[in-house]
Amino acid sequence: MHDLSCTDLTKRFGTFTAVSDVSLDIPSGSFFSILGPSGCGKTTLMRMIAGFENPSAGDIRIKGESVLALPPNKRNVKMVFQHLALFPMMTVGENIAYGLRCRKEPKHEIGPKVARVLERVGLPGNEDKKIDQLSGGQKQRIAIARCMVLEPDVLLLDEPLGALDLKLREHMKIELKQLQHQFETTFLYITHDQSEALVMSDNVAVMNAGRFEQIGAPKDLYDAPASGFVAGFVGDATVLEGKLGEVRGSQGRVVLEGGQEVVGSVSDSSTTGDTVEVFLRPEALRLGDGEPGCRLGGTVDSLLFNGASSRILVRTGRHLIEVADPEQRSGVSEGSTVNVCWSADRARIFARRPDGGAIV
Amino acid sequence: MSRDAGRLSLILLFTPFALWIALLIILPQLGIGYVSIREKVGINQYEYGFKNYVDFITEPVYRNTLLRTAWMSILVTALALIIGFPIAWYIAKIARERSRAALFLMCLIPLWVSDLVRAYGWIVLLRETGVISMTLVKWGIISQPIEMLYNDMTVIIGLVYTVILFMIVPLVSTLQGMDDALLEAGYNLGGSRVTVFRRIIVPYAMPGIVAGCIITFMLTAGSYLTPILLGGKNSSWFTEQIYNQFITRYNWESGSAFGVSLLVFTSFVVWAGLRLTGQSLATTVAKE
Ligand SMILES: Nc1ncnc2c1ncn2[C@@H]1O[C@H](COP(=O)(O)OP(=O)(O)OP(=O)(O)O)[C@@H](O)[C@H]1O
Ligand SMILES: [Mg+2]
Repeated sequence: MHDLSCTDLTKRFGTFTAVSDVSLDIPSGSFFSILGPSGCGKTTLMRMIAGFENPSAGDIRIKGESVLALPPNKRNVKMVFQHLALFPMMTVGENIAYGLRCRKEPKHEIGPKVARVLERVGLPGNEDKKIDQLSGGQKQRIAIARCMVLEPDVLLLDEPLGALDLKLREHMKIELKQLQHQFETTFLYITHDQSEALVMSDNVAVMNAGRFEQIGAPKDLYDAPASGFVAGFVGDATVLEGKLGEVRGSQGRVVLEGGQEVVGSVSDSSTTGDTVEVFLRPEALRLGDGEPGCRLGGTVDSLLFNGASSRILVRTGRHLIEVADPEQRSGVSEGSTVNVCWSADRARIFARRPDGGAIV
Repeated sequence: MSRDAGRLSLILLFTPFALWIALLIILPQLGIGYVSIREKVGINQYEYGFKNYVDFITEPVYRNTLLRTAWMSILVTALALIIGFPIAWYIAKIARERSRAALFLMCLIPLWVSDLVRAYGWIVLLRETGVISMTLVKWGIISQPIEMLYNDMTVIIGLVYTVILFMIVPLVSTLQGMDDALLEAGYNLGGSRVTVFRRIIVPYAMPGIVAGCIITFMLTAGSYLTPILLGGKNSSWFTEQIYNQFITRYNWESGSAFGVSLLVFTSFVVWAGLRLTGQSLATTVAKE
């Protein structure tokens, strides 16, 4: 049974299609993320699910029932807004009680429910605080508590961490995941930050220009991207452009602009003669001599230290290749001549992306 | 050095404001207050006491006129709020950026012409031989010309028309500050239209509502030309009594006492209104 499913959902504003033929099924109790660049239609999709926009086509079902005919206040999906939208003229307790009072719950049950949910989000006894007395992270938790007290079928979160500073964002990522476990509610989380999506989700849908490019577990998206867009958007990768030469099985030979030849696995329907891009993950690369076609020579351009995710930038021709170098164990020095190598199945070849993969 | 300069600029900035308050507001009020507690007993001979106020309170005509003025002003304020709120909502939330300025200007139009001309405009429209009455006769809707001036209804309509801008402006400015996401959150959490209006929009707009109501009420209670010209002899507006004391009777002492009474009473009404609605000046007007 799926808590939320959408079929062929489409939204057009005039001639512009913001969301196009999106289908998704979210199993009960899972954490589902929609990851995509700014303006790709994520908010529009969520607003359709919440009932603030009418789809131009397609269906939305919650717990198996179509909700297209229901107004927003009758749908049991609650939403954490991008800027939280806590009611500034109410106290924390009143904010949380608002939904319960709208449901006409008996007065004597509201108080204990509010206290209990505050306890669950780790802010017990804060009922009488004013909203502007809370820190960013506390507001976040109140916004979630305000929804969770209503026991929704699905909780929608629209980039709720966007307004927080980096440190707090890292912290809230983990906390959100824990809250989701604790409440055992289905979360639909929207973000343009790939690390948020990868860290927290059971499943991620990568969205681009109104369409879903791929739906899968974070590891699948990372290890087996279905398109150049996903390969470029999820995780780091060095991209080398070239022309696809001979293809044998899934292996293809690409002639780079500089004339070098590299071998990789063709991961979409590109055929000989197509302009393609080769994606190399930093951690799939090593310094050293590999098989022919699976190596490139260059000079060390710079060393970027960042603990376990330190990098070496190797310049070959006009490309800078990012090579993982955990804790800088390799010990190379800037300016030295090195070879970068990989195994052919970890270099992925996709048709060239129309915009050259520019991320806005 | 720089501290002295800072202090000097503070003084320079503050002086005109202080002078304005002192010379144009406090001093005249003190003068009125002073005149109101003296009584003429002979040529250039005065006694001091509260006789003017006692006269005012013991004379039912004066008392009732003041109460009537207050009631009508409250009514005008309420009507201005009821009519002004949707207009303000439209300007702040629904209208496009470009038409917003035009709509604001349209609300300003009543203020472009003077009080007097505006009142005469209403008279031209509403009198027995006026435009509306004549048109209705011509169309055969009524058989006899009717007099639409000189009744409370007309006075109220004229006053609402005059003061509604002062209700709309503060409302628009508070409503513009409201994030639409608050409304959506209100619906999303299960609120009906009525709930969202009552529990989110009204509390949010409260500073604007209070400011608008105070301005509107004070302006209405203190207005003179509109009630006199549109209401004629029946208007019994309190400012008319003040005018009579000062100009017709040349009794400055009791006129001053009337003036002070009007100020005190309207202030009391505002205070009572704030208390009744659980608001305070500090948390509403001063907040924004
Ligand atoms: N009411 C509307 N009328 C016309 N176009 C709209 C409307 N709402 C959204 N759009 C357009 O739809 C596209 C998708 O908007 P949306 O807000 O869903 O993007 P998003 O993925 O949430 O982006 P972000 O990450 O920046 O929030 C945008 O190009 C936007 O201009
Ligand atoms: Mg958005």
